[in-house]
Amino acid sequence: MTRAQPVIDAPACYHCGLPVPAGSRFVAVIDGAQRSMCCAGCQAVAEAIAGEGLTSYYRSRSAYAARQQEATSDDLALYDLPEVQRDFVRDIDGAREATLILEGITCAACIWLNERHLAGLPGVQAVEINYTTHRARVRWDPALVSLSAILAAVSAIGYRAFPATGSSAEQARRRESRTALWRLFVAAFGMMQVMMYAVPTYLAQDGSMSRDILALMHVASLILTVPVIFYSAAPFLLGAWRDLKLRRLGMDVPVALGIGVAFAASTYAPFAGVGEVYFDSIAMFVFFLLCARYLEMRARQKAAASLEYLERALPLAAHRLRDYPASRDTDEVPAVSLKPGDWVLVKPGEAVPADGVLVDGETETDESLLSGESRPVVKRVGMPLVAGAVNRLSPAILRVEQVGEATRASHIRRLTERAAAQRPPLVEITDRIAAWFVAGVLAVAAATALFWVSTDGSRALWVTVAVLVVTCPCALSLATPTALAVSIGTLARRGVVATRGHAIEALSRVTHVVFDKTGTLTQGRLTMVAFEPLGGVTRGQALALAAALEQGSEHPIASTIQAAAAAEGVMAPTPVAVRTVAGSGVEGRIDGVLHRIGNAEFVSALTGTPAPPRDFAAATPVWLGHERGWLAALTFTDSLRPDAAQVIAALQTAGKRIIILSGDEPVVVRAIAERLGVADVEGGLPPEAKHARVRALQEQGAVVAMVGDGVNDAPVLAQAQLSIAMGSGAVLSQAQSDLVLLEGRLGRLLEAFSVARRTMGIVRQNLAWAVAYNVVALPFAIAGYVTPWLAGIGMGASSLIVVLNALRLGHDRTEGSGLRTRDSGRTQGRRTTDERARDEQKAEGAAPDTGHPANSSVLSPD
Amino acid sequence: MDILYLLIPLSLVLVFLIGAVFWWSLQGGQFDDLEGPAHRILQDDDDPSPPPR
Repeated sequence: MTRAQPVIDAPACYHCGLPVPAGSRFVAVIDGAQRSMCCAGCQAVAEAIAGEGLTSYYRSRSAYAARQQEATSDDLALYDLPEVQRDFVRDIDGAREATLILEGITCAACIWLNERHLAGLPGVQAVEINYTTHRARVRWDPALVSLSAILAAVSAIGYRAFPATGSSAEQARRRESRTALWRLFVAAFGMMQVMMYAVPTYLAQDGSMSRDILALMHVASLILTVPVIFYSAAPFLLGAWRDLKLRRLGMDVPVALGIGVAFAASTYAPFAGVGEVYFDSIAMFVFFLLCARYLEMRARQKAAASLEYLERALPLAAHRLRDYPASRDTDEVPAVSLKPGDWVLVKPGEAVPADGVLVDGETETDESLLSGESRPVVKRVGMPLVAGAVNRLSPAILRVEQVGEATRASHIRRLTERAAAQRPPLVEITDRIAAWFVAGVLAVAAATALFWVSTDGSRALWVTVAVLVVTCPCALSLATPTALAVSIGTLARRGVVATRGHAIEALSRVTHVVFDKTGTLTQGRLTMVAFEPLGGVTRGQALALAAALEQGSEHPIASTIQAAAAAEGVMAPTPVAVRTVAGSGVEGRIDGVLHRIGNAEFVSALTGTPAPPRDFAAATPVWLGHERGWLAALTFTDSLRPDAAQVIAALQTAGKRIIILSGDEPVVVRAIAERLGVADVEGGLPPEAKHARVRALQEQGAVVAMVGDGVNDAPVLAQAQLSIAMGSGAVLSQAQSDLVLLEGRLGRLLEAFSVARRTMGIVRQNLAWAVAYNVVALPFAIAGYVTPWLAGIGMGASSLIVVLNALRLGHDRTEGSGLRTRDSGRTQGRRTTDERARDEQKAEGAAPDTGHPANSSVLSPD
Repeated sequence: MDILYLLIPLSLVLVFLIGAVFWWSLQGGQFDDLEGPAHRILQDDDDPSPPPR
């Protein structure tokens, strides 16, 4: 258990809060004090911020900044092309305006920092950033500054900006949110004012109020209730109508029934001169339901907005082949400028930019975002490729057939819709309960009516109405959605995005957590520590061959080899028939000879001899060979994520089984597992074997959460009950997963588990309360003791309790930042970076002049 | 109590007036960002010592 300790005690990077590696020499001077930094990226960003006098960001932030990503290869100049800008830039009085999505926003101070920084650029006329949606509206003078300069300025201070192209989806979302708020307001104001008219009538039961005044009050209530029923409650009425047409009973049916009956009876009563008036109860009921719907919608929109970068699954740029088939040189061009007949290279892990036909290469594509079919589709030469499908295996060359805004826009819409609109199964279960509930209520109401007709006919109608009003399943229908909405919102604030509704429920039931190694437990940034040419080739020759084979690959090793080759000025030849074998390596023909790079088994199948003996200790070996022998041995190491040990220890303490399944060499994987204290570990597994292992676990009744990253994990992620992807990983695996840990911090996983556990607790409490309320209230209604004001109070109180109970999830932050564990004495050691950031806030609030404590031992309040 | 014959219709008119004002502010986008302004007010726009650029 002590192994978790060193991690938390390492000094934290002043910029991003991650531990500073031992011996790091990165420092930045902020407000006159030297601060240690974890990497060159953070250092550069901190220096840029300090250089502009914006250091008050560090004083006012409430969360650490996102970890700096590697420099991206996106060519920003692309965004200055008119045909690219056409999509998202508007002309306003000679100035240009665009909406940008900002990535890396962690707290309100980030908004301020970005606004100040951009407003300081010459030529930028206006910047306005929405905190909720992380969108910036920027207006600039094209004569003074270019869009690419603005985007570059954003990345200089450690954020990323890219244009929001789905402007129609954006408008739809804004419309939805405004309409919902307006409905809520109409209901709220109607409720308050109707209550003002109702309370005097309750107090003046003795007849001290004249009939005229009473009638006036009723008419006024009616006038205000009409918009509440026919505008605010319209979604429920329409939903119930749809349900009835489909001959089923959903949750909307009892709601509509209750509202409808109470409204009709209340309208009739004053004219007939008998009976009760329920206008206040109806208005309050509608208001509470809309509150829950509004909360739910906001949480959904927020989650969708933070995943908006998945839109990049549809690339803005494409690799166009200049004069295929003569050469394979590519130009980076905007995807919109592609024309039918162009040849395009699609690398593994990238999305297909336009509809077309495969002309070279054999690969598999994933069309799950478009068709919902999660199995990869094998594509051979001559088969069609759909824009938006993701290339999974090897580089493919495509002849463009159809381009067009229409297809792309629809893909984006489907992508965001899927993330946003899926109904959680938990809610559907409540709906199924509702069907029985409605049937029960109708039966009880009918029985009540029969009973009263036979005893006291004049009261039969009003007692039946009271039964229907009291049993209106307000609390029941609020119980689950409010709790889920609040917890999705809470998670999103902590950097965990739930893309599918069932994530929270599944999370609370997980028994086994399966980790992939590359990029999940480790940084995923491999460094090449040795390159040994074999069999008489020179270092340069071997490196060139390795770089050539890895050209089209997205694997972390590929970029390292490319970088090494570039640093040594080696020219890589162009291979043909390149094929990626998932989990093994890459092969391709160079000058007619088949070469392979990958694990020993894969390469020795080609060379025909076993790999020369080498001691790699815990490093990852990669071999290069061709048909006649071995060419080089490459050694890579990958360091553990700083919080990996802590997270694993906490999960084990909470009683979860931890399993590591990796495609890397068993020796390496075992070495890492040993450092983490994980016994159940398997290395050298191809994706199919991982998939089989997970399925075997599930057959034994395990609920498996798979934490993965990278293209080769996609099938396993799909098999697990709950899939969790790292926000820094491949876009494909994020699009397929249920939870995304933004900023690539593993520690967020613990918070997600804790929030999920508390959410399910709250859902159970809420359902229990709602059922209890109905069970208690029903006998009184049947017996005829429920007056309208009693019905109003009962309904209001039960709904309010349910909603407030759900809201506890968002507020009570003192408890549950780690997992509930058997030994509570260790909670101190498992504090999250978030909490430490808050403590830093507190400490600074108390003593603003002491500057910034630079490591975590000082961060804790004294 | 006769004043109620005036006050109740008046309260109705007021409700609709307030509703109209809210509608106007909603359409003007004032409710689009419900969290940002609360934080923004805490940020100091003019840092006391911005170094010359």
